[in-house]
Amino acid sequence: MTDFGFKLSKSATLDLDKADTGLYERLCSLEPDARICMNCGSCSATCTAAPFSGMSLRKVILGLQRGQDVRPMLQGCMLCGKCSMVCPRGINTRHLLLTLCRIYD
Amino acid sequence: MIERFSSGFHPFVLPFLAGMVFVLGYCVYGIVRILFQLTGEDRRRFFLSLVTPRTALKNVKDIFCDCLLHVKLWKRNRMLGFMHSSIAFGWFMIIVLGHVEVMLFLPERIRLFYYPIFFNFFVAETDSTIQGSLLFFLMDFFLLVILIGIALAMVKRVRSRLFGMRRTPRPSLLNQIGLYSLWAIFPLRLLAESFTAHISGGSFLTIPANWVFRQFLGNDLNMLPTWWAYSIALGVFMSVLPFTRYMHIPAEMMLIPMRNAGLKVRNARKGFARVQVYSCPNCGVCIDACPMSVDKANLKDCTVYLTRQMRRGNERRIAEISDKCLLCGKCEAVCQVGVEGPKLRLLNRAERKYAVKADYSGIPAASLAEAAKGGKVLYYGGCMSQLVPSVGRSMESIFRKAGVDYTWMDRDGGVCCGRPMLTAGRLEEARKIVRKNTEVILGSGAETMVVSCPICYKMFTEEYALPGIRVVHYAGYMEELLKEGLLVPSRSDLCYVYHDPCELGRGCGIYEEPRRLLGKLAGIAEAEKNRAESVCCGGSLGSLTLSFAKREKITRAALENLYTSKADAIATACPLCTATFARYADRPVRDLAEIVDRQTVGKLKLETI
Repeated sequence: MTDFGFKLSKSATLDLDKADTGLYERLCSLEPDARICMNCGSCSATCTAAPFSGMSLRKVILGLQRGQDVRPMLQGCMLCGKCSMVCPRGINTRHLLLTLCRIYD
Repeated sequence: MIERFSSGFHPFVLPFLAGMVFVLGYCVYGIVRILFQLTGEDRRRFFLSLVTPRTALKNVKDIFCDCLLHVKLWKRNRMLGFMHSSIAFGWFMIIVLGHVEVMLFLPERIRLFYYPIFFNFFVAETDSTIQGSLLFFLMDFFLLVILIGIALAMVKRVRSRLFGMRRTPRPSLLNQIGLYSLWAIFPLRLLAESFTAHISGGSFLTIPANWVFRQFLGNDLNMLPTWWAYSIALGVFMSVLPFTRYMHIPAEMMLIPMRNAGLKVRNARKGFARVQVYSCPNCGVCIDACPMSVDKANLKDCTVYLTRQMRRGNERRIAEISDKCLLCGKCEAVCQVGVEGPKLRLLNRAERKYAVKADYSGIPAASLAEAAKGGKVLYYGGCMSQLVPSVGRSMESIFRKAGVDYTWMDRDGGVCCGRPMLTAGRLEEARKIVRKNTEVILGSGAETMVVSCPICYKMFTEEYALPGIRVVHYAGYMEELLKEGLLVPSRSDLCYVYHDPCELGRGCGIYEEPRRLLGKLAGIAEAEKNRAESVCCGGSLGSLTLSFAKREKITRAALENLYTSKADAIATACPLCTATFARYADRPVRDLAEIVDRQTVGKLKLETI
């Protein structure tokens, strides 16, 4: 094909039928609170690790629901616990993150 | 004294002998196993301390004061102190005096180690007994002391509140067998000695009892059954001892020398930790002390249940108890034996494996250090100060008023101190954070580092190596500023009650500085439980599994304790405590920095006026 200097970008469509949500389901069975997250992003706004690693618990949960790899974000978490203090749903985010780090395969 | 049996033996001593041999064998095996579990260096240090005169003397003194006289318990609770010391010291004296009797009257029998215990059965009184009347008196006296102790123990079992204990742990079946056999030993000894008192002699307790018995029993046939019963009670007690809380008796004698040798718990299940677990006497003082015990659901998560489950090897419950704890350290502060509950829990957490390892390579330490350069004083607010921004703002205002050359290391968000990671049991991960921060702090070129969060302060003083940098808690630093006259106080009419944050008080031993500082600026009142007994606010990051809803009760109980002071407002020196209390308190909650900022004027400003 002739190179015009620009090309069609890859589709950003997510095919949820093909996404592997096994890890998310496993997380939900151990931490039922993962289901009540409403993706408000308070956790991401206060996150200590966010400026350095792009860590965002909101994105982690979204990513898991879409079957994406969230390991790079998890690796940046310092477990400081600010996210658990601001969560309007009262989710024990620290324990959720610890469980996720434990069961990740 | 003459012997009644030329063989010096009677079959009734067999139950006692069997129990004694079993318990001695078990203890020797346990000691050898624990010594092998210690690291080489620890073992060397332990043996060295045993032959060093100073520590050896301290060992003897501590064992005598703590295990026999229960001095610490006396100081805490006189009733409990009397009960325990009367049983322990009384029993010890009976054993010692029994040996003295044998050595005085029948020295050739000292090799038979049941002989001093059953001395009165084997001997008959002669003229020489007159010399022994003091010994007989002492024997009866200490038996009486023990019997009073046992009577108190029985009352305590029914009404523990009389002894100042709201809750006591529920004894397991084996513990109950141990308990009832222990209770049986001494009344049976009194009976047995009373039945033979007209032959072997006795004193103020046994002789009148003997006279009474002879009035209506009139023959010696009862003698043997009571001696059998006494021996069986001893045998039962000793054969269940290794599986009951009474294991604390031999274990504590191992714990004290190990502690005096300066050993640290390195592994949750081996060596020193094992000794601590066995040393727990299940007294249950930690149940009332635990801030979580305000909720009935948490009653079985105190240290006494941790040690019990660790002895049983119940992994599910060990994990549950270890994860729930707030790590406030109060159980350790009130423990009479010195079981390090929080440390044991932390090491249990550290046993867990995580698939995702932390990677902090994205943290640009060099550029963070560059940004932190400039001031002589480096201020670190910590993550929690960012949730309570007034702390940081007040600190800045104080620095400016005092004309201090400062830089705020984490004004726009910095690296966590690493303590939350450490308390979660991820020690290697915490070390990675420590390395990053060390690089930033050393690169900043500051001389003093001021920390306004006790959680971070504890971490910086204990886990960091920062040569050439003085790390101070802000309470101490602000006091210095006042002393140097850089800040001039103006007293407020308000009366504050000061809450000791766990990490600052029990964690770092800082109780006085914040009080002195506060005393210069406002009225100060004390809560019912304060200093080392202060109640955790419930916000602690130590707990991994307690959700926010479940922490509310704990916070409210801690507030009730502070309200006992009738103060107008609450002051504390921890942003996390401030935020937690502020959620439910009915009166203002202020951080020390806020109060200092309100109640002081800068010297520079005064001069310009």
